[in-house]
Parts: sequence; structure tokens; C-alpha cells
Amino acid sequence: MLETLGNLGLGFSVALSPSILLYAFLGCLVGTLVGVLPGVGPLAGISLLLPATFGLDATRAIVMLAGIYYGAMYGGSTTSILMRIPGEAASVMTCIDGYAMARQGRGGAALAIAAVGSYVAGTVSVVGLMLLAPPLATFALRFGPPEYVALLLLGLFVLAYMSSGSMLKSLAMAAFGLLLGMVGIDQMSGYFRFAYGVVELGDGLGVVPVAVGLFGVAEILSTAGQGTPPQVVKPRLRELLPSRTEWRESAAPIGRGTVLGFLIGILPGSAHIISSFVSYAVEKRLSRHPERFGHGAVAGVAGPESANNSATSGAMVPMLALGVPSGPIPAVMLAAMMVHGVSPGPLLIQQQPALFWGFVASMYVGNVVLLILNLPLVGLFVNILRVPYPYLYPAILVFSMLGVYAVNGSVVDVWIMLIMGVLGWVLRKLDFETAPVVLGLVLAPMIELSLRQSLAMSDGHYGIFVQRPIAAALLGVALLLVILNLLAFVRRRLDWRARLALAEKGEETS
Amino acid sequence: MRTERVSGVALALLAVVVLEECWRSRLPLGTLATPGPAYVPVVLALALLAAGVLVAALGRDAATLAAAGWREWRHVVAIVLTCAFVALALERLGYRITMTLACAFLVGVIERKGVVSTLLLSVGLAAGTYFLFDTLLRVQLPRGPLGL
Repeated sequence: MLETLGNLGLGFSVALSPSILLYAFLGCLVGTLVGVLPGVGPLAGISLLLPATFGLDATRAIVMLAGIYYGAMYGGSTTSILMRIPGEAASVMTCIDGYAMARQGRGGAALAIAAVGSYVAGTVSVVGLMLLAPPLATFALRFGPPEYVALLLLGLFVLAYMSSGSMLKSLAMAAFGLLLGMVGIDQMSGYFRFAYGVVELGDGLGVVPVAVGLFGVAEILSTAGQGTPPQVVKPRLRELLPSRTEWRESAAPIGRGTVLGFLIGILPGSAHIISSFVSYAVEKRLSRHPERFGHGAVAGVAGPESANNSATSGAMVPMLALGVPSGPIPAVMLAAMMVHGVSPGPLLIQQQPALFWGFVASMYVGNVVLLILNLPLVGLFVNILRVPYPYLYPAILVFSMLGVYAVNGSVVDVWIMLIMGVLGWVLRKLDFETAPVVLGLVLAPMIELSLRQSLAMSDGHYGIFVQRPIAAALLGVALLLVILNLLAFVRRRLDWRARLALAEKGEETS
Repeated sequence: MRTERVSGVALALLAVVVLEECWRSRLPLGTLATPGPAYVPVVLALALLAAGVLVAALGRDAATLAAAGWREWRHVVAIVLTCAFVALALERLGYRITMTLACAFLVGVIERKGVVSTLLLSVGLAAGTYFLFDTLLRVQLPRGPLGL
């Protein structure tokens, strides 16, 4: 414990230096804008801003990108509460009771509760990250190639299981993403694969053009043609203070949301989205007045908002400690770290303690920045949404193309983004999840290398995956998920994921 | 035509294309003990093929393709053509000219906004982002004729 505190002291000495503070502030500010704008979620936001960090050292770059991530979580709640538009998917549940509170003249209080809940969850969950990541990294030093294959496969299976649609379709998308990751020069033999003579594809498909295409451009293609922006409720500064009853009603949901969000965040999948849905369901189940949910229940705002912020820190645990991203956003963060010459994994904490602990401490600082930034400036952020969409989407498109081009200075990446954008639009129409594609693309080189090393170790015997206890246990959990999914299919009953998908669709259409 | 049937067949076709490409470009499959560069792609393609067949087979009750709603297709075509223009022109005309033209086309022609607002937004955005990224953040962006 003393060692942890000593390391945290080292982290704060890094995080409180003026330049790191500046980049944490910039990241939070941009992240809030990203969260406020519908269609530009944290994934597209981080991808777009990645080139802007190229001139920075690794610590400043990572601190800024992390600021964008949790800033987007904060920003998403603003539009949900004031306009019933989720700035990003994790804020869908906040729309229901947050907007109902706004219509009752309690929009300011809802914003304050969301901000305070997010602050508490963000801060407490960083403690979890701080305590859990180092021992997990030490444990991960026992992992060999078979364990990594099992872990990475489990990640894809959990993401597919947790997705709101069909597990089969999500697994198909994961396989598609893995196949995209096969493009380029084979690491072990040097063969060119699926490059069709395009030299730029030698290094493989970049995560940034694929992610911006599938998420950013696909969203623009789906929503372009919309007319005037919706009405905005603009709260006054003095309306921001919740009443004593509202504080009391929000305390326990914030605590539960924090714990729940962190635990779900560690698991692979779109954790910040799932955690807010699960938190809403838990609060409704535990409430003495479940009938208030949907009509402005304070717990319906406090719980999900705390949970999705807490999940952000949770998602950093496997990424930093194991070098394994648990979802598409950590995957892009991982790629960003690699661009800056940082290799997350078991050795990161030992080899680059200043970076790791500086990053952890900057998350504490970032949460304070966001609290200060969000409440007084809420009116300013909301004004962005008054810009008509016909002016807004060309601007977002310009940023997308600029961001994608700037990563490698290659127009091939712009073409990849365009193709992925059209593909993402079609996949949405056909009800396919696109997150497994991005995760598959990032994990493909690791899975392929580990699989081939494992088979070389065992002289071609697949039994190595069941003979080693850790690998067997991880694959057992993956198998269990498939069985659970099959059971729901055979019984033709709606399980919790199907009900969650229906709730999400209902909220989108209402 | 049902959405699941179409998507299932598309996935299966993609898998076949991958298998054919592995065979055509003579990528070694290797052995179980020393897997070659085609080993994992072939395994993945077979998994995708199986998934495609299953999606198509189980998609009897899925929505029809028309019910998916494609009413924004005109905007989609316009945006895709604009992005294609950017990809083709960026390194020939330079960042500022290309982005000004692309933005002006989207705002002025597709969204039918006024000349002044179109010019202000397109020139302002192209020049502003160039200043931010190229001048301030030192991310080198392509210059076209006359250094523009």
C-alpha cells in the first residue's frame, strides 16, 4: 500500500506539471465537445484527434487522449438531459429520466447530479484501476502464447455475447475484423497478403481509418438529410443546484453505479454502454418507487451516468495491465499508445512507471477539470447543437478526412475510410454490430502470432489450449457464453440482452 | 429478399473470395506444427463461411431489404462522391483548395444554402483547419499549385 502511495506521488508530480495539466484540460474540453455532438462518439473523437498528438511526447499524448475519452462520457449526458439526444450511445438511458426532469424544470439539477455522479465515479474508479492493474500485470507475466490466444478469443466472445444483437452476427463481424487484420506483410514469413499490389497496405489496414469510417462516416451517412436542429432547453446557472431530497435520492445510485460500472468496465465488450443499461435496470429494481422511472426519477440519471464513467476507468485495467483492449475504444487507445512507442502490457508499469502513474494521476486531475468545466459552461456547449446539421456534418466530414489523412500522410487511408463508411452504413441497415470489426482488426496480429507460436510449441497439437489451466479456464468461459446464447435461442425466450436491445431501439424510435 | 439472407450470402461470398485469393496467390498453408501465412486466413474464412451460411439459413423471419429504409441514399451518394473527390484531389490540388471545393459542394449544392454562408464556411473551415493542424500542430498537409 505504501508503495502504491509512493508511486501515486510520482504520478502526481508528473500530472500536476503545467504542460500535462494543459493537455489534460484540452483533452477534457475536446472530449466534452465530442460527447455533445451526436454522431461523433469517443471512438471517432480519439481517432480524429490522434494526429494532433503526434508532436507530443507519449505521456502528454496519452493524457490528452484519455481526457477525450472521459470528457466524451461527461458531454454525452448534456444533450441527453436537455434535448433527449444521446451525444453517444452510453447516454441513451440518461435521456429517459434526464429529459423528463428537464421538462419539469429540473434540467439544471439533473445536469448537476450527472456531473457530480460522473466525478465521484470517475475518481473512485481510478482507485480501483490503481489497485487492480499492478497485481494483474504481475499475474499476466505467467501468460504464454496459448494463454494469450485464449484471452484474446475470450475477449471477442464476450463482446459478441454482450452485444445487443445476434451473437452469431457479432462473431461473423469479429471474424471479418480478424480477416481485415490479415492484410499486409505476414510478420513471421514476410509474405504479402491481400494487398492487391497496393504498397501502402504492406503495414496492414490502420485502425484509425477503419474506426472513423465505421463509426464517424457511417453515422454521417445515416443522418445526413436531416433538417432543422431540435429545440434546446437552456438552464440558468442558479438552477443547477439540486434540492436536498434530490441529493439524498442520488447518493446510493451513484455508489452502486460506480461499483457496477467499474466491474463491467473490466470485462470485454462495449462496457460503458452496457454498464449504463444495467445500472438503470438495477436502480429501477431496487427503487421503492419504480413507477417514477421514465417520469424524472433522480436515480435514473445518477446511476447510469456514474456507471458509464466508472466503466471508462475499468476498461483501462486490461488495456494497461495485459495489453489487451476490452473494446473498440481501448483498442484505439492501445493503437495510439503504440504510435507513441509505448507498449501496454505486464511490463509497462515496471519499465515506465512515470508514464503509468502519471496517467493514473492525470485521471484524478481530469475529473476535477471536467467538474469545473461542465457545470458553468453547459450553456456554451449546448449552443453547438443549435448549428443546423447541413452546416455541421460537412465540418465533421472535413475533420474525419483530415484526421485520417494525417496519420500516415496517405490518401489510401482516405479511401479505406470511405469504403468502411459505406460498409458501416450498410451494416447498420442490416442490423450488424460494427464494434467487433474494430476489435478484431486490432487483435488480429496478436492472435495470429500467439496461435502460430502455440502450435509451434506443441508440435501442432491443439491440446495445448486445454492442457494449460489458465488457457483452459478462459476457453471454458468462452464456451459457456456460446452455450448460454444457444439456450436462449433454443428456448426462444428473450434473455436480458434481447430485452436491452429492444429498450435501446424503443428509445431511439420514440 | 430478407436482410439476413442477403447478408448471409454476402458473408459467405466474402469467405470464398478470401479462400480463392489464398489459393491464387499461392500463400503457403504450412503444417499444423509450422503454420504458414495462409493458415489463419483460411481458418477465419471457413469460420466466416459457416457463419454466413447459418445467418442465411436462420434468416427466414428477418425484415425485408426494403423495410431497412434507404431514403437517405441521395445524400449518401453525394457524400461518397465528395470523399472520393477529396481522395483523388488532395495531393494534386492541395489541402486548402480541395477542402474548400468539397465543403462548398456539400453546403452550397447538396444542402442548397446561400452563397455567402457557403463561402464563409468552406473557406473558413479549410483555412482554419490548415492553420490549426499544419501551422500550429505541425502535421504536414499537402500543398497544391502556387503553394496553396
